[in-house]
Amino acid sequence: MRIGVFKRVAPGSVALILMLAGIPAAHGVPAFARKYGLPCSACHEAWPMLNNFGQTFKDNGYQLGNGRDAPIYQEPSYWPIMFRTTPQWHRENNNRQAIDIVPGSAASGQVEASVTTSGFDLGGLDVITAGTLYQNISFFIQPFIGNSSINLSQAWARFDNLAGSHWLNLKMGRFELDEPISLERSLIINNTGGAYYTYFFAPPGDNNYFAGIGFPQLGVEFLGHSANDYTRYSVAVVTDSNGAAGLPSNQDYDVYANFNQAFEMPWFGKQQVGLYGLFGESPTYFQTQNGNPIPGTGTGNRSFYRIGAYGHWYVHKTDFYTFFMHGYDNVFLGNAVPSNQPFNLPAGAVGPTWNGGFIEGHYNPNPRLILIGKYELDRMSRQANPGIRSDAGDLDTWTAGYRWYPIMSPRAGLAWTQEYSRITLSGAAPLSGKDAIHNSYLMGFDFDF
Amino acid sequence: MRIKLKRTGAAVMLVFLLSSVYGTAQDSHVGKLSGNAKRGKALYVRYCIFCHGPNGDGQGESAPYLDPKPRDFTKALFKCRSTPSGTLPLDSDLYDTISRGVHASGMPSWQPLLRQERVDLVAYIKTFSSAFEEEKPGAPVEIPAEPPNTAESIQRGSELFQSMNCWSCHGKDGRGHGPSAAALTDSKGYAITPFDFTSGSRFKCGESDRDMFRDLVTGLDGTPMPSFAAATTADQRWDVVHYIRSLSAHKTHAKLKIEPVAK
Repeated sequence: MRIGVFKRVAPGSVALILMLAGIPAAHGVPAFARKYGLPCSACHEAWPMLNNFGQTFKDNGYQLGNGRDAPIYQEPSYWPIMFRTTPQWHRENNNRQAIDIVPGSAASGQVEASVTTSGFDLGGLDVITAGTLYQNISFFIQPFIGNSSINLSQAWARFDNLAGSHWLNLKMGRFELDEPISLERSLIINNTGGAYYTYFFAPPGDNNYFAGIGFPQLGVEFLGHSANDYTRYSVAVVTDSNGAAGLPSNQDYDVYANFNQAFEMPWFGKQQVGLYGLFGESPTYFQTQNGNPIPGTGTGNRSFYRIGAYGHWYVHKTDFYTFFMHGYDNVFLGNAVPSNQPFNLPAGAVGPTWNGGFIEGHYNPNPRLILIGKYELDRMSRQANPGIRSDAGDLDTWTAGYRWYPIMSPRAGLAWTQEYSRITLSGAAPLSGKDAIHNSYLMGFDFDF
Repeated sequence: MRIKLKRTGAAVMLVFLLSSVYGTAQDSHVGKLSGNAKRGKALYVRYCIFCHGPNGDGQGESAPYLDPKPRDFTKALFKCRSTPSGTLPLDSDLYDTISRGVHASGMPSWQPLLRQERVDLVAYIKTFSSAFEEEKPGAPVEIPAEPPNTAESIQRGSELFQSMNCWSCHGKDGRGHGPSAAALTDSKGYAITPFDFTSGSRFKCGESDRDMFRDLVTGLDGTPMPSFAAATTADQRWDVVHYIRSLSAHKTHAKLKIEPVAK
């Protein structure tokens, strides 16, 4: 029984990995370097990871505040645009993939086998145009051209420093939530390690429309910060459409809030702590036509939340991110049962809860080199359906790698990167119910112009 | 004898170790913080080198595209000081300039850097000129209490603005396009534009009235802006400050408050 139930949910875990592999790569914006004549290292610890100066610049609406921010000060030929792509060679391995015994014959039955693929590849193309439309009015547009798709990853405008105050900034559009640790700016880009799984974690069997705080969302955001960015807050109200345009779920809204505070410790450097939470509701069923859901008619909303704490700790040239999340979904969301059909809930069904987190460390001896290590885990603490084995959905993943920046200029950026990542999905092998393990190795160039 | 040698050796080692850890005479001191030039160099390479250049002479890769040009630290001439014209700045003056930035130039506020980092940068910047080893900074100028900003004070300031020929550079309306403006150059011969007082409430060396008063006393070394310490009384300088402030009364900026270093 338990394996039977789990077989239904295991593909979801694999799908999660495949979905995360399609997340647009992170970015730095050389257009800003060109505008101000500053090198990448001024704003980035190692691009795309921001340092506090870069975070302040971003929070100021891509303005340095030196009286040279408005477009009128730029050369008329200046275009605030940048391109980024990652030509690479990578190897992917899945230790227990279901394959047909006789290739091409679905009737031959299936076995689990280790499957390895490798080759040269491209990481898609990020196009970003961003900057200031006018003093204290900023914008960001990011089309992402994948290998088989194009989407508008982000598009927003922001009114900065309202009433002359850093504490009042208003953004509207599709934007990355003010995540505790920006996924867009992750230093890791390979398929297995290039995401924070905790941001997207969904319990086995869950059908919450909201897929995670890592996806850009549609809505408005108020953000404020102190002059040196040591104190920050953000509150976002987003449509419960998981960032998809066209109001596909309903007219419900979710609220995300983040607060962090930094302080200086002699010799150690900057230390930052923060709290965040996302509270929302998702539809459990739709109005239908011929049995098919009518987009935008989601109803029977049920609640969910994600809350947690995090920190960013510097020890001289080494820094660590620590991140914790506790998640909860309503029992109907957790069991994928419409709230108007409570009789379909399994016996003993409850709202699933889980905990997850990661620690990510960097050693940055100079602006041209950064060593990276990350360990992440997610653990179910309460399954929605008691028939699901208790550790279903649990995962462990780690990554090690480095990025080397052979050139450093105020015009463009180039990085050489090598990474190895491994993820273990507890009991997710599709046939045996054993652990499924994915390995990724990647080496390649990451360039920004 | 042996013991004496050992003691001498130990003392030499101690001095060597301390000097390698704490640096040399080019260290800086701001409040309770002491800066180290070696640490400052690493920060300079990360943040400053592309404008100010590897030798601190203002010839960085980005310099040709910047207006005004980046400061040449080898000349030891600094615009924003609390010390009289022609003297070296205090460490705290350099610290404040790094923290505040220089408005209407390519130099942003580096306040997001740690206080210790900014003090380390001051220590390294001082290594570019031997003047900091050979001379002491000037004594900080005194700034008396500000009298009330009244219509009469503004009127007197307006008259002084004309009679002291401020208008010849800054223009009769303070917009920075006086008859002499086009011919002005800085100490390195680069063209330089007088400040437009109508552009906002923030100025090159600060945004408070006290900052403006100080600029009138110290002048901005390395630029055509002279010191008016001898030519004006304190009350007259306050009148000019009030008049200049009135030119941008309708403009506001997000306030840039520099957090103090503990004394």
